[in-house]
Amino acid sequence: MDKVIAVESLQKTYKPKSRRSPLEVKAVDGISFEVDRGEFFGLLGPNGAGKTTTIGVLTTRVLPTGGRALVDGIDVRRDPVSVKRRIGVCPQVNNLDRSLTGRENLLFHAEYFGVPKRVREQRANELLNRFQLAERADEKPTVYSGGMAQRLKIARALMHDPAILFLDEPTTGLDPQARRAIWDLLRELNEKGQTIFLTTHYMEEADQLCRRIAIMDEGKLLQMDTPASLKAGVPGGYLIELQVQSADGAVNSLASALPALAGVVDVKAQNNTIRVYADKAEGLLANAMRVAGEQGVMVTDAHVSEPSLENLFLHLTGRSLRD
Amino acid sequence: MSTMLALLHRDMRVARRELKFFFLRVGIQPILFTFIFGYVMPRLGIVQGGYANELLPGILALSMTLSGMQAVALPLVVEFGWTKEIEDRLLAPISITGVAVEKIIVGIIQAIIAGLFVLPLAWLMMGTHLDLQPRNFFLLISVAIITGWLFAAFGMVMGTIVEPQQIGLMFNVLLGPMIFFGCAYYPWASLQVLPWFQKFVMINPLVYASEGFRAALTPQLGHMPLWLIFGGLVGFCALFTYLGLHNFQRRSVD
Repeated sequence: MDKVIAVESLQKTYKPKSRRSPLEVKAVDGISFEVDRGEFFGLLGPNGAGKTTTIGVLTTRVLPTGGRALVDGIDVRRDPVSVKRRIGVCPQVNNLDRSLTGRENLLFHAEYFGVPKRVREQRANELLNRFQLAERADEKPTVYSGGMAQRLKIARALMHDPAILFLDEPTTGLDPQARRAIWDLLRELNEKGQTIFLTTHYMEEADQLCRRIAIMDEGKLLQMDTPASLKAGVPGGYLIELQVQSADGAVNSLASALPALAGVVDVKAQNNTIRVYADKAEGLLANAMRVAGEQGVMVTDAHVSEPSLENLFLHLTGRSLRD
Repeated sequence: MSTMLALLHRDMRVARRELKFFFLRVGIQPILFTFIFGYVMPRLGIVQGGYANELLPGILALSMTLSGMQAVALPLVVEFGWTKEIEDRLLAPISITGVAVEKIIVGIIQAIIAGLFVLPLAWLMMGTHLDLQPRNFFLLISVAIITGWLFAAFGMVMGTIVEPQQIGLMFNVLLGPMIFFGCAYYPWASLQVLPWFQKFVMINPLVYASEGFRAALTPQLGHMPLWLIFGGLVGFCALFTYLGLHNFQRRSVD
């Protein structure tokens, strides 16, 4: 299939800024990946993982110190101007032009890219309507809500019909409703064939939107696959949490009996909570309840959680994504 | 090229929207100066009537200088340091140097508009005492364009170095001495009574602009030799253009 992004052993090392902190910072440490045309690709990782630096290299704003990055077949270091022609960028910060109205932000952006006047006016109207910004289009973006500003930034990035759309943390700081609205928009764009490259530290966002996800931490890619395969790859991806009540000692003997059940990977007991990590969930809850009954332990609450990217990240790094 | 024109179009649209503030900013200081030094004080007998002829070229140089610098420096300080608004233009399909050159062109245009506004204004205020003899229009136009360019490039150097919280400092610490040591209010030749000071002020690019306009508008009164005027203007212009473009690149690409 046609590759629209190809990254090989990409590195970005920042030289120490002052003598007091003589350590080099490896923001991106030899990562490689490819993105197909039409794909919805996500880079998932905690803050400081190197996601924004990676997007910076792909959008010509950061010079790599090693490796190679091709966008639509063009080397970002050799020919940044041609790369800029092919990309639309929605950065993390609100960098809308505050001296211009919402509509002018779109029109001037398209003018920079040489889109003919009639085409850019028509496209601006379409995008303003589709992104529900038409009513406020002639106001300055300083009076927009967070969600509106974000939608305008995405609309602006689409004005010159880019081969690939880059979104850096597109829903950070938005309320759940505004976040859903952005998700719906992005899904719709991708269904119409728009290639999208997204970074996020919300596992739910990556899980819901992306066809493939690369998990990044400390400048390195830890794993890359479809959300379903990634989650299936976690040993003991299912978690059964039991709240119990019993006489002293009975909880511990239950905890030591549970690992014998089929599918159980690990069991942890803490006060009146027992966590059972398992690689399959079918029938396990019923079996656990039966064993508890035999041990004379009363189960007051039970909860089964599906495998999640959060569990995967925890498994890969020993840290939570939200740290 | 079409991208460069689109960037210019954007800056001109924004400047046109702020036109009344622009004329207020550019006009107020020269009006006050020409009123006090060119109208009030000659009538009080404190300065001679002929002083207006020394003053007008300096006022013109100063107005163009400040306009060109501010047009470039202020937006860059805010956009690089705080709002990041410039990012969308850095992602336009043009080299980073192209974006920077466009900013310098905007500075030159604003400096020339300021000059065209202030010259007749000052003339009106000081009219009776004024004896302008612009014999060489080519000289006037070249001095005007190089002055605009020099200070637009200087504005770029400032705009890429100064942090937003230091803007006030820039005006006090840098512009204050530059204005008072810039031979805007007195001709350079008259400083021969203070030889050390006459040499010292030559590190100030405004001196060459003030003397350049004296050479172009009031050549009968004497001025710095032309070779030195153009040497200073072109030399500082090359230096600040190089530093400005270099810094702009450094601030734009990580």
